[in-house]
Amino acid sequence: MDALIDQLKGEIIEQLNLEDLKKEDIDNEAPLFGEGLGLDSIDALELIVLLEKNYGIKVANPADGKKIFQSIRTMAEFIEANKK
Amino acid sequence: MEKEESSNLKPEAYIVADNIISPLGFSSFENFEQLKKKQSGVRKHTNSDLSLEPVFASIIDTQQINSEFEKLEPQEEFTRFEKMVILSISDCLKQNQKIDIQSKKTLLIISTTKGNIDLLETSVATQIDKKRIYLWETAKVIARYFNNPNQTIVISNACISGVLAIILGKRLLDENRYDTIIVSGGDMLTHFVVSGFQSFKAISNNIAKPYDAKRDGISLGEGCGTIVLSNNIQLLSTNKEQLIVKGGASSNDANHISGPSRSGEGLFLAISKTLSESKILPSEVDYISGHGTATRYNDDMESLAISDAQLATVPMNSLKSYFGHTLGAAGIIESIIGLHSMRENTLIATFNHSELGVTIPLNIIKDTLHVQVNNCLKTAAGFGGCNAAVFFQKVQNN
Amino acid sequence: MEYKNYINTFCSIKNGTVSIDGSISFEDKTLPAADFIKLVYKHFQISYPKFYKMDQLSRLAFVVSELILKNNPITLKNEDADIAIIIANSASSLETDEEHQRNISDKNNYFASPAVFVYTLPNILIGEIAIRNSIKGENTFFIFDKFDADFMSSYINSLLNSNKIKCCITGWVDFYENKYEAFLYTVEKEKGILSLEHTSDQLKKIYNN
Repeated sequence: MDALIDQLKGEIIEQLNLEDLKKEDIDNEAPLFGEGLGLDSIDALELIVLLEKNYGIKVANPADGKKIFQSIRTMAEFIEANKK
Repeated sequence: MEKEESSNLKPEAYIVADNIISPLGFSSFENFEQLKKKQSGVRKHTNSDLSLEPVFASIIDTQQINSEFEKLEPQEEFTRFEKMVILSISDCLKQNQKIDIQSKKTLLIISTTKGNIDLLETSVATQIDKKRIYLWETAKVIARYFNNPNQTIVISNACISGVLAIILGKRLLDENRYDTIIVSGGDMLTHFVVSGFQSFKAISNNIAKPYDAKRDGISLGEGCGTIVLSNNIQLLSTNKEQLIVKGGASSNDANHISGPSRSGEGLFLAISKTLSESKILPSEVDYISGHGTATRYNDDMESLAISDAQLATVPMNSLKSYFGHTLGAAGIIESIIGLHSMRENTLIATFNHSELGVTIPLNIIKDTLHVQVNNCLKTAAGFGGCNAAVFFQKVQNN
Repeated sequence: MEYKNYINTFCSIKNGTVSIDGSISFEDKTLPAADFIKLVYKHFQISYPKFYKMDQLSRLAFVVSELILKNNPITLKNEDADIAIIIANSASSLETDEEHQRNISDKNNYFASPAVFVYTLPNILIGEIAIRNSIKGENTFFIFDKFDADFMSSYINSLLNSNKIKCCITGWVDFYENKYEAFLYTVEKEKGILSLEHTSDQLKKIYNN
């Protein structure tokens, strides 16, 4: 799980152009949207593309993203559970 | 005081010709007839060049474009986009033969979001110069076809492009540097556009359901619309009621580049500026041609803006379930339907709308209505947080 | 009745040079376009994390807008709804259009990026400037083969003279194939820092300088 979390952080920083951030700046439990990393609706769609492209997981309904992308940890758990 | 014309008509931005090219027909008349019969151009397409998955969209048969275009006996090669625009403008010139497109007093305005974007696809085998990917170059090609001597103005401002182009046309006429302005808006449906909207998870799994409780996204479309405006009363046909562009305005939400504002404040601003320029009260508006993309947020946002503008009871429709969202053409095509609604005193039903489901209830037209329609407010909103509104009116003879 | 409107500040970024009101304020001729724009952002200590999410065209427009608005904060003097943003260019959003096209080039296996696709419209840069500064007035994006001082000055003057707008951020922002050029200025009805009359000739003079 820790390896996956670390890898995810790198992918998110790259995919979402979070140039000012380093992996260690992202707390595993902190919310990705709103207060935490301050991501927005386009970022949420971009994370859906990331799941599909890098992990082969399809999220058909963008509304499901709310639960999946609560934090880096929930996202990693979702990948673990759905990875093919 | 200047000597008044016997007809008593003042110089205004009169509508002197119009055309729509869509799967429903190649003239405004044909399109309006289809809409009265609730015929939609949107259907399921399984063209793998366009999309891996089947997609509901309004697409014009290329064969038909080509065969109609051949009738113009063209002397050189044109792209699919250029053919649509040339066909649309040509029909206007045929309709009103007093329009002198070769005059220095006639200006062309083209609104498009993506023009010849298919030229980016390396697989498209074509003799066409790749330079026509530049929107100003494709505009030059079109102007040259018609021997129009002026530099064509191109507006590319997302989904409000068409409405902005009409507003610009009216404003330039008011300045009196031109006496006739040909406003043409077109966009094609391409893999480029479909894949983008798919990545936004914005496309409906069926024909779009504007303002409906069960709406789940947009239907895309392609087409072209042309409106010819003139302040030269010689161009007016005597046996018709005269329609004019009275006012218009644009605004920005200053909120988000892709999501509509949650408050509707930006669209409200464009509407209220438009009504005050047109010297019209909300209670005097007869009909609203809405944007109605059938995404959850857009339609909710519109309901807030319309209600804030005290227009919630005015009969309103969205034409996106007939034409799909035709992007840079939408504002013009939908305005033309509004103009014909005024001419025929007939309001078109919102196709595929059954159960109202927006934040503030609106008066969505469910069945074709035959009522007096003296004016029309057309609204639009788009990516980049932009909004626009334009107001059309019948000239009152007194 | 004759109206006069005034250019009170202008800024250009081209050929590795940033000029404000006609004098060079920063230069680095060694860097490729994208790196240079990022360097300008850092050099002028602009702080706006969303900058990194923008495409190159929006980044370029954004930094120039920051520089002119720092010089002449018209947003403090005017209502949000009275400020217009009217900008033109030649290449539309082609730089990002090509990126989106690359993302989808394999029709059997593609992943379109929403964050890329949204920038395949040139007017997004107007949205970015509007969001940053809470500007809500008129907005239009025009496409011309080159900067058209005659059209732009006459159209904007007519908007000001008919009171449709009180002031405007306007000019030219183009970015394609490592070539870039930005030139933005403010126009107002009142005199200010520079008080250059907003005429086509004056505009050509400062644009070509």
